Amino acid sequence: MHVAITILIDALTYASWLFIVALGLTLVFGVLKILNIAHGSFYALGAYAAASFVGWFAAMKFAPGWSIVAMLLAAVAVAALVAPLTERGLLRFFYGRDEVLLVLVTYAMFLILEDATKLIWGANPYYVSEPYSLFGNVEIGPQVYVGYDFLLVLLAVVVGAAVWWGLNRTRRGKIVLAVIHSEEVAASMGVDVSRVYMGAFSVGIFLAALGGAFTAPMISVQPGVSVGVIIVSFAVVIIGGLGSIQGAAVGALIVGLARSFAVHVAPVAELFSIYIVMAIVLMFRPEGLFQRLQARKI
Amino acid sequence: MAIDLQRHGARTTLRTGLAAAAVAAIAFCGPAVAQETYKIGIVSFLSGQAAESFGIPAVNGAKVMIEAFNSGTAPAPYNKVGFGGLKIEPVYVDENGGATQQVQELRNLYDREKVDAVVGYVGSGDCLAVAPVAEEMKKFLILYDCGTPRIFEDGKYAYVFRTAAHATMDNVALALYLKQRNVKVDSFNMINQDYAWGQDSKKDFLLAMAKLYPAAKPAEDLLPKFGSGQYGTEISALMAKPADVTHSSLWGGDLQAFILQSGPRGLFKRTQVVLSAADHVLPGLGDKMPDGAILGARGAYGLMAPKSALNDWWWGIYQKAYNVYPVQAPYRMAQSLLGLKLAVEKAMAANGGKKPTGEQLAAALTNLEWDSPAGRIRMANGGGHQAVQDTAIGKTRYDAAKKMVVLDDIQRFGADCVNPPSNMKSEDWLKAGMPGAKCN
Repeated sequence: MHVAITILIDALTYASWLFIVALGLTLVFGVLKILNIAHGSFYALGAYAAASFVGWFAAMKFAPGWSIVAMLLAAVAVAALVAPLTERGLLRFFYGRDEVLLVLVTYAMFLILEDATKLIWGANPYYVSEPYSLFGNVEIGPQVYVGYDFLLVLLAVVVGAAVWWGLNRTRRGKIVLAVIHSEEVAASMGVDVSRVYMGAFSVGIFLAALGGAFTAPMISVQPGVSVGVIIVSFAVVIIGGLGSIQGAAVGALIVGLARSFAVHVAPVAELFSIYIVMAIVLMFRPEGLFQRLQARKI
Repeated sequence: MAIDLQRHGARTTLRTGLAAAAVAAIAFCGPAVAQETYKIGIVSFLSGQAAESFGIPAVNGAKVMIEAFNSGTAPAPYNKVGFGGLKIEPVYVDENGGATQQVQELRNLYDREKVDAVVGYVGSGDCLAVAPVAEEMKKFLILYDCGTPRIFEDGKYAYVFRTAAHATMDNVALALYLKQRNVKVDSFNMINQDYAWGQDSKKDFLLAMAKLYPAAKPAEDLLPKFGSGQYGTEISALMAKPADVTHSSLWGGDLQAFILQSGPRGLFKRTQVVLSAADHVLPGLGDKMPDGAILGARGAYGLMAPKSALNDWWWGIYQKAYNVYPVQAPYRMAQSLLGLKLAVEKAMAANGGKKPTGEQLAAALTNLEWDSPAGRIRMANGGGHQAVQDTAIGKTRYDAAKKMVVLDDIQRFGADCVNPPSNMKSEDWLKAGMPGAKCN
């Protein structure tokens, strides 16, 4: 029984972290139709920015609790600075081009941003572990969990609900959905499509940076943190269906459960577990679990 | 006509004079412009997950060491300028990008950059990939860091050397350290990365424990992928089946994340954590490093280095340049460059003072011995191509007064105690109960 509860809790905490990052990836694809390889770099930028912001807050003698605000501000700052630069400065010139070309462009962005983070923050690691101990420990059976892990679960729920509400219950959200459905028709109805692109890309970057910022207290922030997250995020959005928010949530839970089950029951299959689940889903649902079939435009 | 001839003659004389002057100028300036250097390709992680802990500190170590060589300020017997008077010209290459890319980069170093030798490679997978390429090209290669024992146990090379001991030493020393302190081990868990280094480390620790603690049962055997970053699930698994000892060869960002996530959950209090290659995380982690962890550095490096004038000098130049003390990666880079320097100078002496060929250099380094900041290095295994060296294990304690992690209860193990003899493979040696080990 304890093992089952542990598997579920581990799956939930891992899935929460993954969902925050994957949500941004799927949103960008849904709106801009870009498979953004550089998403991991925005995650890394969020982690680095959080390290700097938390450090500045500490230097200004803010109480430790303010570090959560610092991390949020770090994610906002990354989105506010980097989104206009990359979307307006680079990506927009490639809209309408072949999807493979866009993948290559975002890969180039990934490489550039890797070096840019090293130029700004150097190669030495940053530690911002203070927020990790803010919420104490929680004992469940034989396990001791860090309260911060459950904060991530709460954050994922809030972020997921906010994005869903924003898309489905607000006027701006409905405009975004219209662009997702048909960019051409939306434009002919007077929608400023490029503005929608810019907004969606900014939210996507914010979510990646938010994931990085809230992961920073659990890791040493250093070159290379962008790589691992992007691969597993792709697995999540492919399982859930590219462009689907519900899909990202369910995909993250499936990946979290598969990984957690494997680590506890058959550790040798840990790596394999995520991708076998992905393969099984794709066998029966090649578009992913929540991707609607679309009529081919002629 | 005569005038024409005269004019023609004058033009010819002028052209000849200018050409002669140019040739003379080139001949005169030649040695200054194209002064012969000794060109070394240095390959290490400059980006990616292994850069911070290993790649960049190692390159930093190379920079201060080469600067000292070129200025002739290293202590004797390393005090000749450069390599035997030839200034050293380093070419730094990023190891990031995978084994296929490294094979291409190595070819580029030899063919395009025309380096005389390559010193490089942290990743065990990279070492396994590049060694046969250097051999095929008949070019000189020193593997300075990677730990998998398989390089010279599964292969035979004429041009490839490794100037640091392999991972067997690290895990044998850990098991011996536990045994000699009568640490109770009825069961042990393991968490190692799922690639050559992690798999080999796990196997060596299992075999060493089977000999020293035959009744101890291996329990959890976790193999997260390299660069995983999130260890919550693995920590739960380790805590769900608590064992007396938890072994890990995690390193770099993975090790830092594991410690940052498992420390607050109390893993280090529930089990005796033993880490085979962990000294490099101590300066950065500081008070976040739990007390009482037993760790090695893959050699007697950093805080566990033996007291010597050479070590004091090396520690001093590194700390002065980078404001942090050197850990295992720069130590291993330093010992490879010291060995290479002596080998080049030995080969030059046998070659009338001329730059040696790859064959001459290989002959000079085979079975060579030299002093390094971490003690004596002996190219005793792998047909004289694989180094053995002393190692050390210690226990962590955060010293609030010094604001740093210190290591207590340090024990040094001689090279002949923790390395297999030259005629045996590591696995066979461990399975046979480590015959011939001299552990006085």
